[in-house]
Amino acid sequence: MSSNKETFGRTLGFVLVICLVCAALVSIAAVGLKPLQQANKLLDKQTKILEASGLLADAGKDIVGTYNKRVIAKMIDLKTGTIIEGDVNTFDERSDSRDSAKSTKPANDIAGLSRRADHAVVYLVKTEQGQLDTIVLPIVGSGLWDLMYGFVGLAPDLNTVKSVVYSDLKETPGLGAEVLNPKWKALWPGKKMYNEQGNIAIQIVKGGAKKGDVHGVDALSGATLTSNGVQRTLHFWLGDEGYGPFIAKFRNGGLN
Amino acid sequence: MSSDTKKVLFGPVVDNNPIALQVLGVCSALAVTSSMANALVMSVAVMLVTAFSNLFISIIRNQIPSSVRIIVQMAIIASLVIVVDQVLKAFSYQLSKELSVYIGLIITNCIVMGRAEAFAMKEKPGVSFLDGIGNGLGYGAVLMVVAFFRELFGFGTLFGAEVLPLIQNGGWYQGNGLLVLPFSSFFIIGLIIWAVRQWKPEQVEKD
Repeated sequence: MSSNKETFGRTLGFVLVICLVCAALVSIAAVGLKPLQQANKLLDKQTKILEASGLLADAGKDIVGTYNKRVIAKMIDLKTGTIIEGDVNTFDERSDSRDSAKSTKPANDIAGLSRRADHAVVYLVKTEQGQLDTIVLPIVGSGLWDLMYGFVGLAPDLNTVKSVVYSDLKETPGLGAEVLNPKWKALWPGKKMYNEQGNIAIQIVKGGAKKGDVHGVDALSGATLTSNGVQRTLHFWLGDEGYGPFIAKFRNGGLN
Repeated sequence: MSSDTKKVLFGPVVDNNPIALQVLGVCSALAVTSSMANALVMSVAVMLVTAFSNLFISIIRNQIPSSVRIIVQMAIIASLVIVVDQVLKAFSYQLSKELSVYIGLIITNCIVMGRAEAFAMKEKPGVSFLDGIGNGLGYGAVLMVVAFFRELFGFGTLFGAEVLPLIQNGGWYQGNGLLVLPFSSFFIIGLIIWAVRQWKPEQVEKD
């Protein structure tokens, strides 16, 4: 160790150079790779939306093409249920729900959100012939460990379930994370969210739903809290503080 | 390949394994070993970070003022980890989503820091780079063994391909609930250490 290495000025200079080099390296990587990262993120979302609308098998490798052809995204105001102007591509539920100017505290926060974004983006999925086939609604709600993000696909009557697809969760592998199990996902199609009186009737049944029960879905074994979370999330988002106003408007033909 | 190079490169796999002998980097070995795919990506990430941090630190080893050497090492390691994280996000989004925080935590992985301080500060760049690769291999070897047992007996799969069909998917195998949880790696790593020390008694610490 030579002594000239340890002067104050030299040490300071050395640290500055290292900082600059490291900062340049990190910046180049972050900026240079950003387009690819954003494309990946979008692709991931589009894949989930196609999965929720049952088009994933049809789409094969061409996720983006199929998505652009068949899916229309609309921004809605959750309180009134009306379609509003807004950039659906830059909308970010997670940042909006943390912004007190863009979110509200639900009166009956059964999904454990603490704040809910005022706006939401819904996805209208059409058949090849251009007829409305599926409406995909993003959902979010507490599971056991953290918020679980996903999509629910509904037939145009906004009652018959096509799918419940979770995209982002931190549940226990092998227990709560079984919401991603294709076997469990396959229980959903054909279930009815509402009963004949128009009340939300969907429920997760511990020990297994009765055969022919159109409102009951088997709970996940060993994952009571996650199962409860799924049920509460659905009840919240189908209810008045979720997509309720939008669903009512939609049924009255208010979208057209 | 000379025997010295061989020793630097493959020594850490069994004889001087960072996890089994030095018991470093155990934290991430617990977290990412629930599937072999995750363990593989994590091993490669750690290997690259260790190798390149060793390389860069070794290149400037004679310039680093010793009063700030740890912080300089940290800055280099942290930058490399961010680059690895960004690359993963760009090219393997699904895996980066699953590994998320653990990639960031490579910064605090003692293996990287340990090799920089113990090896790269003294040795030439080429051999330091190999030492990083070697320690990455040693870390990776343990991770893959742990992940093999956890994924096979916890989920009945290997690299996501079904090997033992689970009852919940209509098969006959009841997945081991303990092995899907991170702390089960403690047992497996313990057994690995025991097995290695049976095989190489010189690794046993003297009382």
